[in-house]
Amino acid sequence: MTAPTDALIEVEAASVAYDHATVLDAVDLRVTDATFTGIVGPSGSGKTTLLRLLLGSVTPRTGTVVRRPGLHIGYVPQVETVNWQFPVTVGECLLMSRTQRLWPWAGRDERREVARLLDRLGLGGLQDRHIRALSGGQQQRVFIARALLNRPQLLLMDEPTSGVDVRTRHDVMHLVADLNAEGLAVVITTHDLNGIATHLPDLVCLNTTVIAAGPPAEVLTPDVLERTYGAPLDVLEHAGMRVVVDNHAAFGKVTPLARRATA
Amino acid sequence: MTWDELTRPFQFEFFRNGLLVATIAGALCGLIGVYVVLRGMSYIGHGLSHAIFGGFAASGLVGVNLFLGAGVWGLASALMVTTVTRKRAIGSDAAIGVITTASFALGLALIQLYGSPGRNADAALFGNVLGVATDDVWIVLGVAVFAAAVVFLRYRALLYATFDPEVADATGHRTGRIDALLMLVLAASILATMRVMGVTLIAAAVVVPAATARMLTHSFARMLALSTAIGAASGFVGMNLSYHLDVASGPTIVLTGSAFFALAFLATSLPRLTGVSGRGPSGTATLPR
Repeated sequence: MTAPTDALIEVEAASVAYDHATVLDAVDLRVTDATFTGIVGPSGSGKTTLLRLLLGSVTPRTGTVVRRPGLHIGYVPQVETVNWQFPVTVGECLLMSRTQRLWPWAGRDERREVARLLDRLGLGGLQDRHIRALSGGQQQRVFIARALLNRPQLLLMDEPTSGVDVRTRHDVMHLVADLNAEGLAVVITTHDLNGIATHLPDLVCLNTTVIAAGPPAEVLTPDVLERTYGAPLDVLEHAGMRVVVDNHAAFGKVTPLARRATA
Repeated sequence: MTWDELTRPFQFEFFRNGLLVATIAGALCGLIGVYVVLRGMSYIGHGLSHAIFGGFAASGLVGVNLFLGAGVWGLASALMVTTVTRKRAIGSDAAIGVITTASFALGLALIQLYGSPGRNADAALFGNVLGVATDDVWIVLGVAVFAAAVVFLRYRALLYATFDPEVADATGHRTGRIDALLMLVLAASILATMRVMGVTLIAAAVVVPAATARMLTHSFARMLALSTAIGAASGFVGMNLSYHLDVASGPTIVLTGSAFFALAFLATSLPRLTGVSGRGPSGTATLPR
């Protein structure tokens, strides 16, 4: 089956289960050229599974996933899952994903391509550096570079700013926004509602099923957030943007432990 | 020691064969050991050599070629280890412990019930590097060429599946096939070299050169080259020392490899102790290239 019109991937009523436990239920998602979509939701809501469904490494139990023929997808894993003790240099890390080439070493064209990509991502001259000997932002960019080496039309990123500082988060997100502006479609998962989600053009609020989808101004509402996270959250306006904060009234209902013990 | 004394053992064919096979087997184990160590499967060498012993017993029982049967048995055990490790969250160390010891125990039970398949099983258990014939040299050389060809031609796929198996799998690289290929090479390597080194020394021959190389470099390609060279040097130097010190060759080869490990450990620890190694501009420790 091929994707209709301009869609890179079209997911329709897709459900996924692991060992009889439903992880995704009747999910619809349409990814088109040069879009930038964030998937938000609590831990265990199926965000990573949805990325894998888009990748094709997970098969839906019911429903369909239709990809544009010849679609190339790049995937950037969570840096927290990387084995930083593994003996691999930046150059080796990039080239390992090009498994179609039989020879271990890079040819002249491939070397030039890698050097150009590393320069583009601000990693020029670091080709022989061990991946652990890089800053947090550089480490994240190495894995973005590895995904970009195969010239994808769609980049999937799993929690790209998880566990990194504010400056690294800015660096990484500006880089991804630049890539998106050049025509690359991007789908990311994130826990960071204020630092990332509110800045994205489109959001999908996920909790096993899609609770809401659309621009942040439409989907970041107390009702949608409560249905997504199962906890009351307030939404404020600041400089024309949505800011999500904990619901103080809900906190007020919590009885301090010391008071409960003496009651 | 004079040159004549140093080269005296070379006049004996058994020594020349032993030296050649120990050097090639050392290089082969060093090469494969890189993948074994980096996948956290250091005990697979020890476990598989025991599992293959079970294969000897079963092959003798059904009357097929002992080495062919033992090879298939070893490969099946290795594939079972990788399958169980992938499918269940019990860890590769536990999977190796369960499957290979069960395989070994089955071999012991079969031998007790139906008798030993012959002297080959004893040779497989204890090894006999000085008793190798020209055929054994060719077998080890053939397996070494096969292993080198697999590592060379599937270098990137093997590296990807070892470093980042989940992402490799998720992005459409067939890591299951790559793992099966690696297990085939590993089983063939252990089967070929255990006749030379014996079950008890295989684990050291696989793990020690790779662990030594890991301390000396942070590049995967250089680790492969260093580990292969250290394995070959351990076999060559160990065999010569064994003759001149009049100590059994297997233990001498392993002790030589362990000496290389100790030297590498000291060499990489001294700069830190003397404060020569500073910290990089990003605040990370300065790493060897």
